[in-house]
Amino acid sequence: MSATGQSFADLRADGLYVEGGVRRGSFELDLSLEVRPGEVLGVLGPNGAGKSTLLRVVAGLEELSRGAVGVGVQAWQQPGLFVPAEQRRVGVVFQDYRLFPHLDVRDNVAFAARSRGSGRAASRAHAQQWLERLGLAELAGRRPHQLSGGQSQRVALARALALEPEVLLLDEPMAALDAGARIDVRTFLRAHLADFAGPVVLVTHDPLEAMVLADRVLVLEAGRVVQQGTPAEVARRPASAYVARLVGLNLWIGTLGADGLVGLDDGGELAVATEAPQGRVLVSLRPSAITVHTEHPEHTSTRNVWPGRVTSMEVLADRVRLQLTGAPDALADVTPAAVAELDLEVGREVWLSAKATEVEAYADHAQPRRAGQLD
Amino acid sequence: MTTRQQRTPWPLGLPALVGAVLLVVPLVGLLVRAPWDGLTRILGTEEVLDALWLSLFSATLAMLISLVLGVPLAWVLARSTMPGLRLLRALVTLPLVLPPVVGGVALLLVLGRNGLVGQYLDSWFGITLPFTTAAVVIAETFVAMPFLVIAVEGAFRSADQGYDEAAATLGANRLTVFRRVTLPLIRPALVAGAVLCWARALGEFGATITFAGNLQGVTRTMPLEVYLAMETDPDAAVALSLVLLAVSVAVLFALRGRWVGGGGAA
Repeated sequence: MSATGQSFADLRADGLYVEGGVRRGSFELDLSLEVRPGEVLGVLGPNGAGKSTLLRVVAGLEELSRGAVGVGVQAWQQPGLFVPAEQRRVGVVFQDYRLFPHLDVRDNVAFAARSRGSGRAASRAHAQQWLERLGLAELAGRRPHQLSGGQSQRVALARALALEPEVLLLDEPMAALDAGARIDVRTFLRAHLADFAGPVVLVTHDPLEAMVLADRVLVLEAGRVVQQGTPAEVARRPASAYVARLVGLNLWIGTLGADGLVGLDDGGELAVATEAPQGRVLVSLRPSAITVHTEHPEHTSTRNVWPGRVTSMEVLADRVRLQLTGAPDALADVTPAAVAELDLEVGREVWLSAKATEVEAYADHAQPRRAGQLD
Repeated sequence: MTTRQQRTPWPLGLPALVGAVLLVVPLVGLLVRAPWDGLTRILGTEEVLDALWLSLFSATLAMLISLVLGVPLAWVLARSTMPGLRLLRALVTLPLVLPPVVGGVALLLVLGRNGLVGQYLDSWFGITLPFTTAAVVIAETFVAMPFLVIAVEGAFRSADQGYDEAAATLGANRLTVFRRVTLPLIRPALVAGAVLCWARALGEFGATITFAGNLQGVTRTMPLEVYLAMETDPDAAVALSLVLLAVSVAVLFALRGRWVGGGGAA
């Protein structure tokens, strides 16, 4: 743990750091992360990846089995020290909101001030200010059961912000909302997260949420960080099958040779035009960049052509997504018109082609941990 | 949406009928045989008023003591992780099924003048508990508190601890969480438990007469008065019983929907 002091030295300003792990039965979380003040870190990962555990560790609701948590010069956990939740200033917006059902909105938002010893009137006045700042003043007298999902979400954020926290945590803030409310709340969160000066950690399994709200994305799988980067980087160059699926990309793993060809581990070969170092690489390709033919395309400059068979077809808004087996397996998007024209159906043998310039190859940093398998 | 009328098979219907009759007819009898004309005269006697006042006073006090001691006990039973909790739970709920008279004997052995604890109360502080109003309250608390503990413990157990966590992140220490979140959330169960506890204390007979005795104005509560009156003035016994019946009905009314739905939103 000697590296801790070193690598986080510049963060000691007031950034959040978590380094260490939690072990519980067969589940193990092991990570190291930093969030700068004002930065929104999106933590993306499948269920059971350890996202919620991470939030609970930062909030002080759970202890790291080993390691350190803190913000700025203030240590919340380190060997021999554990600061419980009530003595940290961590605002948490829970997935199920957890607004106190016996208190109205104003008293929910006033709860933090009351808990810290302010009088009833002062706490309520303070709460009222926050409600007004967030445009929720007209909800002040309502009980939580009288609120819609979107309203509950906003009140939960107001309650967390009224704590005047050093760190803000949001757990799947839009998971329980319907599509309409989701857009409103996303806009709302975007506006108010920008005003918050401290580090923000946003847990989600919705890539769009992460892309829109986060400055940086961290992908957590099975308790390990598999990728970190800006939303755009992660979306363009996913480092795991999970993220590739989320952002709707084909992702393969293979070895790039001097000839510009990637020999894929699961069979097949793809020509790439990108400048990636030779060796182990990940290769991504947008489904819409794949062209489907019923016969071998004769007159084409396209370097990547391979046969495949349609195994499933799914209608996505204005296009049809084909799942194909071949070398390699692929997802391909075609227009409904093309489906009719090419007479596509499940079981049909087709030819696929993709330009080398569309195929993105990049070094596989997670390689040593992955042992050659994407899934 | 009409369901076809189904005949109840007689092997179920007949016992059900007898059971209902067994439970209802005695109460009807009480109403039929009540000395309605002399009611105010009987209930106005000093002896009856003494018993009524003593009963209300001691049952209310027993309920308050049960709240003060029983709610924290229920919290510990529901939330603590210390070892031996199952045994403790079994022991504190034993008075629910223990014949009250056995409870009275046990209290006498411990708190009596020569009892395990009672002898020191007597020799050090000059306090003698048996045959005092304090003894009535203790006996009633002993018998009635488990009703409260059980009701409240169940509510603590099923209450969503997510709220407690949310309160902790908002800076509330454990006592504040208990006072401002946990307790308000279980209020329906708390009210139901308190009312049941009070009703049970009001009707207490066996432990009271064994441990506290039967002195007018000091330890003779309504149930004791009824029992005594049966020997001397049956009309008075019926009149007194009517009062207790009225109280019981009122309790049922206060509890309607609460006992089963305890723990839900207030």
